[in-house]
Amino acid sequence: MTDDTRPIHPAWLRATHWLNALAVVILAMSGWRIYNAAPFFDFTIPREITLGGWLGGAIQWHFAAMWLLAANGLAYLLCNAGTGRLLRKFFPLSPRAIVADLLAALRGRLSHADLHHYNAVQRAAYLLVMVDAVLLVLSGLVLWKSVQFPLLRELLGGYETARRVHFFAMAALVAFIAVHLAMVAVVPRTLVAMIRGR
Amino acid sequence: MIKTSPRRLAIDGDAVVKEALRRIEQPSRRLFLQRSLTLGGLSLLSGCAIVDEESAEHALMAVSRFNDTVQGWLFDPRQLAPTYPESMITRPFPFNAYYGEDEIRQVDADSFRLEVTGMVADKHAWTLPELQALPQTDQVTRHICVEGWSAIGKWGGVPFSNFLSRIGADTSARYVGFKCSDDYYTSIDMPTALHPQTLLTLSYDGQPLPPRYGFPMKLRMPTKLGYKNPKHIQVIFVTNTYPGGYWEDQGYNWFGGS
Repeated sequence: MTDDTRPIHPAWLRATHWLNALAVVILAMSGWRIYNAAPFFDFTIPREITLGGWLGGAIQWHFAAMWLLAANGLAYLLCNAGTGRLLRKFFPLSPRAIVADLLAALRGRLSHADLHHYNAVQRAAYLLVMVDAVLLVLSGLVLWKSVQFPLLRELLGGYETARRVHFFAMAALVAFIAVHLAMVAVVPRTLVAMIRGR
Repeated sequence: MIKTSPRRLAIDGDAVVKEALRRIEQPSRRLFLQRSLTLGGLSLLSGCAIVDEESAEHALMAVSRFNDTVQGWLFDPRQLAPTYPESMITRPFPFNAYYGEDEIRQVDADSFRLEVTGMVADKHAWTLPELQALPQTDQVTRHICVEGWSAIGKWGGVPFSNFLSRIGADTSARYVGFKCSDDYYTSIDMPTALHPQTLLTLSYDGQPLPPRYGFPMKLRMPTKLGYKNPKHIQVIFVTNTYPGGYWEDQGYNWFGGS
């Protein structure tokens, strides 16, 4: 069933994946420094893992990498939808399948023999992180230009609520990355596939 | 304006002193890149020590200028910032400047003159009673700080577009600049200067603007971040030459609009 000449990940997907990774690292680390300027929780992010040095520097990094994230993310979504990959790889998807695959994964019985195929947990996780990234961009737009996007601002509950939405969307993305990296450690072939394509 | 300044110097109005201080400040500006670029994560990802600090700083500044342009496009002169009921005013409204509260400038009301220079027809200096005699309006709007926090306040004063037309300002000019008696300075784009909610503010919450909020006047723009709203304004000038700003020259985005 597996055609060995067929790449697991097409070149456009690998390119957008790594550009996205770069953008996300810059945005998260500089975003933590921005958060530290006026934290709305009882904690601040350790300085050592933030980017930018001071608030002005962090904002410069953040507002440069946002273009990379948005442009690259848009290219990814368009290619994904346009090539039919989105439908082919992520659907069908049912809650029952997610639960079944999750239980199998926890028992160590989920097969990773064919990397062409995403299991239901992967499908759900990748779809959720796509939605989360869109939410990050939209809430970021409200924080950047709250007056110019009134509809978006009101949909996100106003400026102050949008700050929290942006933060929690970041936290969800960071949690995803932690699990994602752990999975790569468990099945290192996936890293090779994301670099070489097969 | 933000309260955490890398340095707290009582700067004299003298231009030479200012320039000297600016040069001293350079190393602290560079610090952020030294700290940030040596972080292992980034160089690991790109597989090399990406770029030297100087070119990284230039690249980030270039993107910041590009962001100014984009914000100019996005700015809709008819789009109003939301207004709020007086019950939502933040009390006490936070104090903010590049110095601490113990250094708030005291401006004498009687000897005060607002100078108006540059591309304007009428360059006469304004006394406070003259400004107070102009038609006033007020607004309850949200002040958003570059640090992220926000607070709602009530400001009253002269719509800035009315003032600009009164002094015969050339509204085809690109910038309006401000020099303040606390040595702060900043500048804004003409479309924002003409925005209906941009207010030459003389009062706060129904009282004459107190020194902590910028007596005798500040420019209040709910479409811009706090550091774009100058307090203790002494000179207003209309120009086509980019005037920069206190924080903007150190790396804050110039347009700084929301």
